[in-house]
Amino acid sequence: MTTADAHIDHPRVLAELSPRAREFRRFARVFLGRPVVAFGLVVIVVFVVVALFAPWIAPHDPNVVDVGNSMRAPSAAHLLGTDALGRDTLSRVVYGARISLIIGVGVVFFASIVGGLLGLVAGFMGGWMRALIMRCTDALMAFPMILLALILIALMGGGLGNLMIALTISMLPVYIRLMCAQVLALKESDYVTAARAAGARRSRIMLRRILPNSFPPYIVLMTMMIGGAVLAEAGLSYLGLGISPPTATWGNMVADGQQYLTSSPLLAFAPGLALMLVVFAFNMVGDGLRDALDPRLRGTL
Amino acid sequence: MPTYVVKRVFQVLVVLVIVTIGVFLAMRLLPGDPIRMYLTSSQQGQVSAAQVQALRHEKGLDRPLPVQYVAWVGGLLHGDLGDSILYGSPVSDRIKHALPITMYIGLLGFLIGTALGTAVGVVCAVRRGTWLDTVLTSLSNIGTTLPIFWLGVMMIYVFSIYLHWLPVGGFTWPTQGLVTSVKQTIMPVLCIAIFPLAATARQTRSSMLEVMRQDFIRTAWSTGLRERAVVVQHALKNALIPILTLSGINLGIVLGGDVLVESVFNIPGMGRLAVTSVVSQDYPYVQAIALIVAAMILLVNLITDIAYLWIDPRIRYT
Repeated sequence: MTTADAHIDHPRVLAELSPRAREFRRFARVFLGRPVVAFGLVVIVVFVVVALFAPWIAPHDPNVVDVGNSMRAPSAAHLLGTDALGRDTLSRVVYGARISLIIGVGVVFFASIVGGLLGLVAGFMGGWMRALIMRCTDALMAFPMILLALILIALMGGGLGNLMIALTISMLPVYIRLMCAQVLALKESDYVTAARAAGARRSRIMLRRILPNSFPPYIVLMTMMIGGAVLAEAGLSYLGLGISPPTATWGNMVADGQQYLTSSPLLAFAPGLALMLVVFAFNMVGDGLRDALDPRLRGTL
Repeated sequence: MPTYVVKRVFQVLVVLVIVTIGVFLAMRLLPGDPIRMYLTSSQQGQVSAAQVQALRHEKGLDRPLPVQYVAWVGGLLHGDLGDSILYGSPVSDRIKHALPITMYIGLLGFLIGTALGTAVGVVCAVRRGTWLDTVLTSLSNIGTTLPIFWLGVMMIYVFSIYLHWLPVGGFTWPTQGLVTSVKQTIMPVLCIAIFPLAATARQTRSSMLEVMRQDFIRTAWSTGLRERAVVVQHALKNALIPILTLSGINLGIVLGGDVLVESVFNIPGMGRLAVTSVVSQDYPYVQAIALIVAAMILLVNLITDIAYLWIDPRIRYT
């Protein structure tokens, strides 16, 4: 810890701040306290920037075929060399980040909303409604995520939209379970009893008391699951069942590169390394968020 | 306890029925006509509507859905998983060969990973804060996020192409040739072991740290027991429940990872079969694999739940 940080945390300095600002300082200190979390945050920022500004960052068009220039070793013109069709590897890795970002954020967005609502209803309503939702969740959980996504893609076909639907459904159970468990625990809390005693309606208790208080673990799960979604998409694309070529994704690039391991191992190495870094970053930032938001969650998430 | 077990078994059966209905409906209701696929792939030429109808009838695809479902479940109970749309042969023929291969590689990877992971986690917890703990914990953090298909491809590069130590893939049973078999299984088993290893190490470390703080551990130390006895007999035994829960989850992840690993190393197991039948839309295979995997995972979950009672007699479900 540097002296500047020590100054910020000095009790007199803290006392002058509003409670909200103090809480934020504490959060930031715990969150960024571990170097690996700060590293993860940097990786995520770079990843998002690269994905958003791919056309300006990539040195070449990722899909321009130049057979006369194929399988080149790294050079000034092509920093990571070129693939069998003469396409620039670095540009393809850069564009691959776009697919990963869209999938990661999109899947987590939809899965958390749908899963959260189902979990909220299951936890709050109880009775046959909970039994129905939770048994269906159990049924979904009986499939490994990638196999479930694989089956759904077999039925619906590939492509970005279908891939997103398949991964969203595969991820639902985690959110349903977490939200349901949260609601069940919060229902017994004193402030919910107090609200009930004060005559608040059920819908009000659900939306104003239980929902906001179940956010911390939910945010942690969402962060980690972005990495999970990115990884699952890459796996499916590697199998040739996700996003089909020529669109560059990290998964199908590894599959392409596998055929040319002897001559150019970099083709498979580079996209995989990018993938690993991004997934690692989201997991570490998730870890950091968990410690900063609520250390009691350690072990459960 | 018996009532709990009965209740839990009943619950699993209900889930299994939901799984079969889901799998059945999914395969029947969504687009993609298997008959047309079959005809275009096998006899390219023109086919009359009557022929399509006849084939549909022969495969039983023209009956009402509930009838099809009951017939299908009835068949399942007699071990009949249906016939391949593409090859016409019973699905169980190829599954009989594929399932043992997946079980062999998957279980080997799972057991090695879980055992090593527990050991690593205990070492980290006991030597907390040392450089060894830092290194192993960082490696575990990386291990849980490694894309295993990429790890497999990189292993092939290092060990097969660069060092020429191991073959790039394939599968041989130990009985058919021990040396080839071991050489072929090392990389896939390692790939599969990575996730359970890393995840178990993380979980073991944190639950061991939790337990080591407890009063009864201090008591154990004060009675003059050796470190090994305190750590293994007192601490680890009490830290086991979360590790067991995680192992149940890990087995599902291992089976999912198998899909990728078998494709990387070209192993003719269930995962590879799942991928090829998804590509060729050979529904009965997809159906059968989905059901077998789901049934295995449900069974493992059931066993884990019952194992809690055995490990921790304090747990009494009502």
